[in-house]
Amino acid sequence: MYTHSVRIDKRKCVGCTSCIKTCPTEAIRVQQGKARILPDRCVDCGRCIVYCHHHAVVSVTTPLEALGEFKYNICIPSASFYAQFRTLTSPGELFPSLYALGFDAIYEEAKAAEIIAEATRRYLKTSDAVFPMISTNCPVIPRLVTALYPNLIDNLSPFLPTNEVAARIAKREFSAAVGVPVEQIGAYYISPCAAETTHVRNPLGIKKSELDGVFASRDVYARVISLMGKVERKQSAAMFPSGAFGIGAAVVGGFSAAVGTEHYLAVDGIYAIIQCLEEIENERLRDLQLFEAQACSGGCVGGPLNFENQFVAKNRNRRIAYSQPRVDLETDEHIAKYIGSPLIRFEQPFKPHDILKLSDDVVEAARMTDRLEAIARTLPGLDCGSCGSPTCRTLAEDIVKGGAVEMDCIFKMRDKVRQMAQEMVDLAGANKRG
Amino acid sequence: MTGPIYRESYSVERGNFATAGDASRAMKNTLKRMGVDPAIIRDVAIASYELELNLVIHSAGGSITLEIFPDRLRLTCADRGPGIPDISLALQEGYSTATQEVRNMGFGAGMGLPNIRRHSHEFDIESAMDAGTTITSQYRLMPNDGGK
Repeated sequence: MYTHSVRIDKRKCVGCTSCIKTCPTEAIRVQQGKARILPDRCVDCGRCIVYCHHHAVVSVTTPLEALGEFKYNICIPSASFYAQFRTLTSPGELFPSLYALGFDAIYEEAKAAEIIAEATRRYLKTSDAVFPMISTNCPVIPRLVTALYPNLIDNLSPFLPTNEVAARIAKREFSAAVGVPVEQIGAYYISPCAAETTHVRNPLGIKKSELDGVFASRDVYARVISLMGKVERKQSAAMFPSGAFGIGAAVVGGFSAAVGTEHYLAVDGIYAIIQCLEEIENERLRDLQLFEAQACSGGCVGGPLNFENQFVAKNRNRRIAYSQPRVDLETDEHIAKYIGSPLIRFEQPFKPHDILKLSDDVVEAARMTDRLEAIARTLPGLDCGSCGSPTCRTLAEDIVKGGAVEMDCIFKMRDKVRQMAQEMVDLAGANKRG
Repeated sequence: MTGPIYRESYSVERGNFATAGDASRAMKNTLKRMGVDPAIIRDVAIASYELELNLVIHSAGGSITLEIFPDRLRLTCADRGPGIPDISLALQEGYSTATQEVRNMGFGAGMGLPNIRRHSHEFDIESAMDAGTTITSQYRLMPNDGGK
């Protein structure tokens, strides 16, 4: 079963090859004129979604109509969602419209970010901490690390992504407050992110996600914008309102600020993250305590499912965050209740999933690498992408693995045609003399 | 002893910080393709980076070579001089002959050679003044390395 959120819309794909070049894990090929994602290599970073001019790369999300499958519905808005609205000055102005969509309660992802920030601050002081700790708020990060940097698995934060934390806590709090069983409650995330459906269907480090659906930020935006100001303010509060810190975590660096360590690196954009993970793997960043990594440029405000320009959204996020009080994370009762709970932690160890490995046998892999290098030397080295692989080297790798042939290279093909034409001429000449 | 089943070699120029780290990165990727134990990849990555930087900072230029045998890896770094006058001194932590200019770039803390030795299973250094220095780091591969 294909469990990734990121998919190709074959009707829109023109086979232009721009996506294959932007993929950090070389997980896309163009075959028979259409892009195809290699599920084993994709980490759902969503860069191809942003990059495709034809809007042919999409992220599967839950249709809004799914609301109603459960008796009770909890909305978990990403703090980046608040920044989509031009006139919004505080999250509370948005909530009546969310209730009007059919939700029974709202639990802000931002509140879960405050819980995880405080839990992280404390964890960094324990002897369990492996420095630098790599944050896992962004669901792409554990996938990237297990795929390309298995050495750094122990550095991954033990804490779940904040939307998962929000779903777990919200269900239990709602169940206790209203007196209904958890099984009757659905939790839906309003998502800026391309990786969330993958997380819900095929989570890493936990058996099952407690999120029941992922609504695209854009889809909810379209509905809410027509409701805003028109619905009565019957209910307007979130269950445990987040303060400025939690809301600020939707922008890269916000989470580190909430944790409050000086020894952090906050990095956004998948290629910049890869550069830094190389440094960490080579033990060149030993003084660092926290590595906050956000796959999308700018952080969650730069997520591909958002409507608003990420820079505008970043500015608004700051304004909205400042509208809220600075919750003291060390003394907040709701935070204190959950920081020690197993509910907020991964349950299973991460397994390495080395996508670069050519073979399980070193000798065989060495032989394949030798062949790969030999083939790569005969290719033009232009990395034109016409063969459907992102680079000449990748084509060589695909040939060695059996997924492509040398004649996929249009330059090789042209040489072959020229050679065959010459042979035919020679043959014709030979006949005449014969 | 049989020859290597795979070999790759890079020449490294003195003073070229633009390409410093490229050879080390390429060798790390090769080892990841081979499915070598991640812990050994980390050691080789650290050692090869230090070796490469040594070539850039201290040597008159040279080469760095990765060879893979069925049971071990060998990293060889050979330069064309100037040679190390006192090897035991150079192996002491904190000893460095790096210029102030290089130290300002964050290198030359005198941890290079000790760090390479620490991240090698077997370490060997030979040096002759004017002729150059050859450093060899070897790593034992477990028979099941590829199966992990």
